Formats: sequence, structure tokens, C-alpha cells
Amino acid sequence: MAQVSHIADEQGSTSISSSKSITLRIARYNPEHDDSSQFMEFTIPYERWTTVLEAILEVKKHFDHSVAVRYSCRQATCGSCGMIINGKPRLACFTKISELNSNVVTVEPMNNFPIIRDLAVKFERLFDTHHKIKPYLIRDDTELESNEKEFLQSPEEVEQYIQFANCIKCGLCNSACPTMATDSSFVGPQALAQAYRYVADSRDKGKDSRLKIIDESHGIWRCHFAGSCSQVCPKGVDPAMGIQFLRGYLLGFRS
Amino acid sequence: MTQDEHKEGIKGMANPSRYGIERVAYWLMRLSGLGLLAYFVAHIYETSNILRGQVGWDEFLELTQTTEGHLFLAIVIAMCVFHTVNGIRVMLGHGGVGVGKPARPDYPYDPASQNYRHKIGIYSAIVLAAIAMMYGLAVMFGE
Repeated sequence: MAQVSHIADEQGSTSISSSKSITLRIARYNPEHDDSSQFMEFTIPYERWTTVLEAILEVKKHFDHSVAVRYSCRQATCGSCGMIINGKPRLACFTKISELNSNVVTVEPMNNFPIIRDLAVKFERLFDTHHKIKPYLIRDDTELESNEKEFLQSPEEVEQYIQFANCIKCGLCNSACPTMATDSSFVGPQALAQAYRYVADSRDKGKDSRLKIIDESHGIWRCHFAGSCSQVCPKGVDPAMGIQFLRGYLLGFRS
Repeated sequence: MTQDEHKEGIKGMANPSRYGIERVAYWLMRLSGLGLLAYFVAHIYETSNILRGQVGWDEFLELTQTTEGHLFLAIVIAMCVFHTVNGIRVMLGHGGVGVGKPARPDYPYDPASQNYRHKIGIYSAIVLAAIAMMYGLAVMFGE
């Protein structure tokens, strides 16, 4: 019993207490028995620093534990808590309620991803397309066999791809992409940006094989440079830039 | 929207309000492209009337001399100018021209590919389309 009261005290000390509050609208949908999604509304107190994820967890703790949401690190590193917040794809842990400037916060599952339940979506396609572009260094030799033990790079060479190595596979770019909205077979900005990440890496020798993979009807040519992917990226990856550089290789502007 | 795939669909693709001027340009590019395609088909039909002889040709041409015809042609002029100017911007971008250089990103992560050069290109396309449309209207409705 002592342990139980301790947990209760700890929960009490971490709950949000504020005079300010918002209406949190959460999309509820279970594909096993619902025809369409419905919104449930909760009044949640918040502080200046309260994130949308904390508000959702407050709902789970005090109102409805059955709300399905995927999260882990709470610091924009794991890429688990992507969702549509007030109409735009964002990370729930990286979005403060105060910065939304709205008394109503609506959270929905990410677009262009099949829904598992409520706010949790399936990532299989994203991981499949990511795997398809061979997201690893391609070389004839390996680090283990090399006499140099490691592949040396200059800071300038690192600068060419390090921005794209920040991708956390959260899927926000795929959710914002207008082509993904209508084309299920499009490889998507996440995978294309990662293709550029390895093509631009001076240690990699797999440029031709990657360009061949993306040079197809549902590949890179379906990108029309709307740039929405770059605007929603929470890590500054700028997929639109990488995609245009990749296309530059295919069009002969770059070598 | 099919709940299986949960795609945004055409409604989401065509919604220009959430992602800044670049998404507006994307939407206008699609719209003007479809408009010009429709005009191209209509234009082929219009010119095919010459097979009906001069009377048939003159009859059909009178349709473009009405107020509605002038407004239609003014919209075609605007679509043509926007599609051309924005198309040049997009083609340059597709070659990797003017989309910035890769660099370590710093918070708040302004994407370099959405830089002022492309924004100027988009606004220029819109302004030039408006000027061309107004010039066309002035010529067609002119004294």
C-alpha cells in the first residue's frame, strides 16, 4: 500500500495545474469497428511550456486511458509522436500549446499513413521505401577489412550530407506531401532525402544503383517541388533540397 | 478518403492554405496547367470551324468578341503567363539551381530550399500574370 500511495503522490505532483485551459479535440477511430473517426473533447489546463503530447497524456491519465498514441523520448529524437495538430503535421512532443495561439487544439492521425487506432499509424510503408533506397554505405571493401580502419572525410565532405543524416523517420514530410496525398506508390520525400544523404556521402559508391531505384514512374519524377516536406520537418532536414539535387544528377546538372 | 490508407486525397492536395506561398504556387501551377489544357482542346475545336467555311468561322469567332469571351481570354492570358514564369522557376529548382547549399541546420530550421529567390520567383509570376491579364483586358475592352 505504501508503494501505491507513493505512485499516487508522484502522479499528483506531475499533473498540470494552471488557470489557463484549452479544449483538446482528439480524433478517435478504431478500424475494427468504426466507420469513420469521431472527435472527443477534453478541457485541459496548461502552462506556457506544456506540450501537446503532455496534454494528450493528461487525458490518458485522468479522463480516458484508451486513447491510442505512440510516443517515447519526448524530446524530438525518436520520431514516434508525429500527428496532425491544428491541421499541420507536427511532433506532439515538440509543439507547445502556447505557440499554437488557439483555445482549441485538434489532434488527428498523420495523413497518408494507415491508421492503427486513434492517433497511432502504421509505419511499414515508410520503412519499406526507406529500406528500398539502400540506406547504408555501399562499397566493395568494408571498414573491417580496410587497412585505414576508418574512412576519412574532410569537414567539407561531411557538410554535404550531415543535414540529411538528421532524419528521425517521423513521417511528417510524407504526411505533408501533396503527391503522397493521391499516389500510394510514390516513394516519398523521406526516402528520397535519404537517397541523397548516401549519394552525397564521399565514402559511398552506390550512387548509380540508388539513382536507378528512384528513376521510375512513381519515383523522383512525381515530386513537383511544393516544398511542404521541408516546412514541416522538425529536424531541419530539408528533403525538398535533397530531392532537387538528386534530380540534378539525373538531369545531368550535377555529377 | 479511404480509412484503410488514410490518404488526404485531392482535397488535401489542392488545399493551398497550410504551407505558405510555395504550396499556393504548386496549386496555381496545377490549376493553370489544367486550364491551359482545356483551352488547348477548345482552341482545336474553335479552329476546326474553318472547315465550315468563312461563315462558320466568323460565327464561332464572334463568341470571343463578347464580354464573356473577353473575360475568358483574359484568364487564359493570366494562366499562360503564370504557368510560364513559375515553370521556369520550378525547372531551375528541379536542376538544383537556387535551392541553397547543404549545411548543418540551426533551430528554428528555416528550409534553405524555400529561400527568398524562389519566393521572389513565385510573387513575380503572380504579379506578371496579373499585369498581363489587365493589359489584355485593356486591349479587348479598350476604346
